[in-house]
Amino acid sequence: MKTVFDALRRIPVMRRTPASLTRLKALVRKEFLQIVRDPSSIAIAFLMPLFLLLLFGYGVSLDTEHVPVAFVAEQPSADTDDFRSSLLGSRYFAIATLRTLPEAEQALREGRVNAIVRLRANFSERLRRADGAPIQIIVNGVDANTAQLTLGYLEGAWGNWLTRRVASRGGELTAPVQLEQRVWFNSELKSRNFLVPGLVAIVMTLIGTLLTALVMAREWERGTLEALLVTPTRMSEILLGKIIAYFTLGTGGMLISVGLAVWLFGVPLRGSFWLLWTCASLFLLAALGMGLAISTVARNQFVAGQLAIVGTFLPAFLLSGFIFDIDSMPAAVQGVTHVIVARYFVTIVQTLFLAGDVWSVVLPNALALLAMAAFFLAVTWRKSRKRLE
Amino acid sequence: MVMAMKEAPILVADHLSKSFTPGRQRIQALDAVSFAIRPGVITGLIGPDAAGKTTLMRLAAGLLVPDSGSIHALGLDATHDSLTVQASLGYMPQRFGLYEDLTVQENLDLYADLQGVAKDVRGERYGELMHMTGLQPFVGRLAGKLSGGMKQKLGLACTLVRPPRLLLLDEPTVGVDPVSRRELWSIIDRLVASEGMSVLLSTAYLDEAERCDEVILLHEGKVMAQGIPAEMSATLRGRTWTVSLPGRQHRALQMRLAQTAGVVDALVQGERIRLVTEQAQLPDAIDSHPDMHEATVDPVAPRFEDLFVDMLRGRPNSTPHATHLDFAPISPHADGDATAPVIKVDRLIRCFGDFRAVDGISFDVRRGEIFGLLGANGAGKSTTFRMLCGLLPPSSGHLEVAGLDLRHAASAARARIGYMSQKFSQYGNLSVGQNLAFFASAYGLANKARAERLAWAEDEFDLVRYRNQLAGDLPLGYKQRLAMACALMHRPEILFLDEPTSGVDPLARREFWQRINALALSGVTVLVTTHFMEEAEYCDRLVIMAAGRILTVGEPAAIKAAVRSPELPEPSMEDAFIKHVEET
Repeated sequence: MKTVFDALRRIPVMRRTPASLTRLKALVRKEFLQIVRDPSSIAIAFLMPLFLLLLFGYGVSLDTEHVPVAFVAEQPSADTDDFRSSLLGSRYFAIATLRTLPEAEQALREGRVNAIVRLRANFSERLRRADGAPIQIIVNGVDANTAQLTLGYLEGAWGNWLTRRVASRGGELTAPVQLEQRVWFNSELKSRNFLVPGLVAIVMTLIGTLLTALVMAREWERGTLEALLVTPTRMSEILLGKIIAYFTLGTGGMLISVGLAVWLFGVPLRGSFWLLWTCASLFLLAALGMGLAISTVARNQFVAGQLAIVGTFLPAFLLSGFIFDIDSMPAAVQGVTHVIVARYFVTIVQTLFLAGDVWSVVLPNALALLAMAAFFLAVTWRKSRKRLE
Repeated sequence: MVMAMKEAPILVADHLSKSFTPGRQRIQALDAVSFAIRPGVITGLIGPDAAGKTTLMRLAAGLLVPDSGSIHALGLDATHDSLTVQASLGYMPQRFGLYEDLTVQENLDLYADLQGVAKDVRGERYGELMHMTGLQPFVGRLAGKLSGGMKQKLGLACTLVRPPRLLLLDEPTVGVDPVSRRELWSIIDRLVASEGMSVLLSTAYLDEAERCDEVILLHEGKVMAQGIPAEMSATLRGRTWTVSLPGRQHRALQMRLAQTAGVVDALVQGERIRLVTEQAQLPDAIDSHPDMHEATVDPVAPRFEDLFVDMLRGRPNSTPHATHLDFAPISPHADGDATAPVIKVDRLIRCFGDFRAVDGISFDVRRGEIFGLLGANGAGKSTTFRMLCGLLPPSSGHLEVAGLDLRHAASAARARIGYMSQKFSQYGNLSVGQNLAFFASAYGLANKARAERLAWAEDEFDLVRYRNQLAGDLPLGYKQRLAMACALMHRPEILFLDEPTSGVDPLARREFWQRINALALSGVTVLVTTHFMEEAEYCDRLVIMAAGRILTVGEPAAIKAAVRSPELPEPSMEDAFIKHVEET
């Protein structure tokens, strides 16, 4: 902490008098004592991030695995068994073998399976004919996303089985064009690798905006701010005290998230850590700016909490590209995402973690963060007066 | 020259106006207020809630900008040079901003740093302050764990770490227990005497006015009077009396006296009635009244409160006397046995975690009695009340209301009680008529009975002209009437009143107590909590509570008589309270 103050003292632009520095030190010390002694600050700063990380690291997954599928072979044969065992070997499916189609349809209706694979009675026979054997696939389309994936997986599984079957007989499945697939950046296609880095942005929004807005509103509520305002303390010192304390706390939250991402969840960090640190600091300043700007209008914790959650936390969750791809949103919503601060940072962390130091992505997004941080802090600075109205 | 400098006023307001517009309403908090305050003395800013006291304090501290006019503190414009002014005055807001997660010492250090107190003088100053406030043994304790009175003293200590030339105290004694209140006052007196500090102190307690060197009476944003309290009350000399009548009819007597022509004020004071008359002689109507032959009438010295009431009565639209008090004898359950207790409390305990808010209390309340629970904030009054109303289950002990055990028949008992809470608990965005109708339905009234009670409520509480106004926009006194009308809608036999009069002006308080008296006369049992020592005098019997325990129980006169001593021949209720606290 000492170094922070020494650094402040050395900045000539600040021109801080010794008395002013004493006040700032006192305010920062007070903030830290309060953070340490207040269980709700600890909960928001450390427990919430931990909970979110564990939830998204282990619990929530956008991957479709172990989809329950009903397998109906109307006349079991060596061929149908062979196909069934190829499905059984796949991690994407959990196969339930049923005897008749009506049974399977019932299971689909009751939600016990998500799809039905039906092989007709004449499957083996038609397999050897020139026009081929049809497979019927019925998919529950309620969750369109999962339905698409399931369909794709089943088609892939069918293709693989066919290729293997032809190869095992010494032949070759000839096609004029062949598809050679390569997945870049996240070659295992693990959604965790893409969710966990984005969580850094969510955690920092929690600390920077929600917690900061709440503690500032609490000072209004308890009348502590009124008592501070009649001391010779300047508004700028009160704000700076909050920024220093919660910047430190937010950096701590960032380090915890990055550490867990790399060491617990094994997400690769391909870019530079220091670049990540710098961009995170810019984002944190913007988040603090938003939190303090909220506190200039909201003077009780309830309103401040609502504003912070609806105005920053939910957009960071839904509109930043953290979970939902921005490019597939309607144009109007895409337009809205441009004012969401977290959007720029989510792009940066995902790039730094999975792709590396891609300057053409990092630089423009970092500049956007800088501009937004400057904007929110300027608004707070202008709006905060040493007055009660 | 030096003398002239010394006598230059330390705080000057010149046609100071300030208004607020929350929502659609515009509130004129201060209306062209002008005054000057002498240095080196205690000036009291006296007035009920919403008189404009806090606004004035905040303007003086440079925390608000006036609409027009100016305020100068220490010769500087408090609005334009606010930083300079703030550097040399001390201001303690009503809810002083102590950081509850910080210890006493850490709070002191914080304010010493913020006030720029040099490190080498701190030790001595801390020593003085801790000695003065008696907080020395608690320096390591978290501020949140201090009692209400100790918090207030710590707030004062934090304001005083750097001795200010002008000290602004916004209601420092509200809700504080009498012992701490007395200590706060002696600290303030000492500051003025030894450090030559000038103090502006606001309060709603009229007895505190007499402790000030000078007072400014503020009412509805205007200065009503300014002067030396003793001189001001002296103008009423010869017009103040006490009347006592053998037997226990003083309540009926008070009601009759209050409505007699020529009487400004009649107030139950223990076993006597305090009377203020328009002229310096008793009105003929009193002298010739047959009841008065047995009465003893003695002239007494006027108090500041007499003056305030006299001034308020002289104003054009002052709150009228409650003229017709028609509380038909209620209690369909009344069985005629007047001495049987309607409320029995036996070894009642309520814990919150490991904290005992109510710690083994026992008392009985008789039918038709006005029973008071007196104590400071945090004494356990409200917790006791909530248990009696069936809103909070007791941790242990026995509780019986109207013959019903509250543990098993809480809702049956609730149908027979009325409850008026400390906070305004009607619907602010419904009209007065809609609120009344809603509460009538909530109590299960229908058809003819409902129509009758609604008409009664509007008539009895003079609410007809406000029928279509939103309840939230009513003046404070009328909000209170509406609350009481709602609480009485179902003709309860027991009425619970939680701090019913805090913040209202003395006239509204009198009007309110007249209603309470009328209710009691009609057979309703009334339980009331209060932290006004004065109000304890209006009760038939009361308990004094502190820290969850009952210190004493009895009639006001007996409680006072018990502490009578050669040094204290005429003890007040506050004296009695302090004596009892000291004894335990």
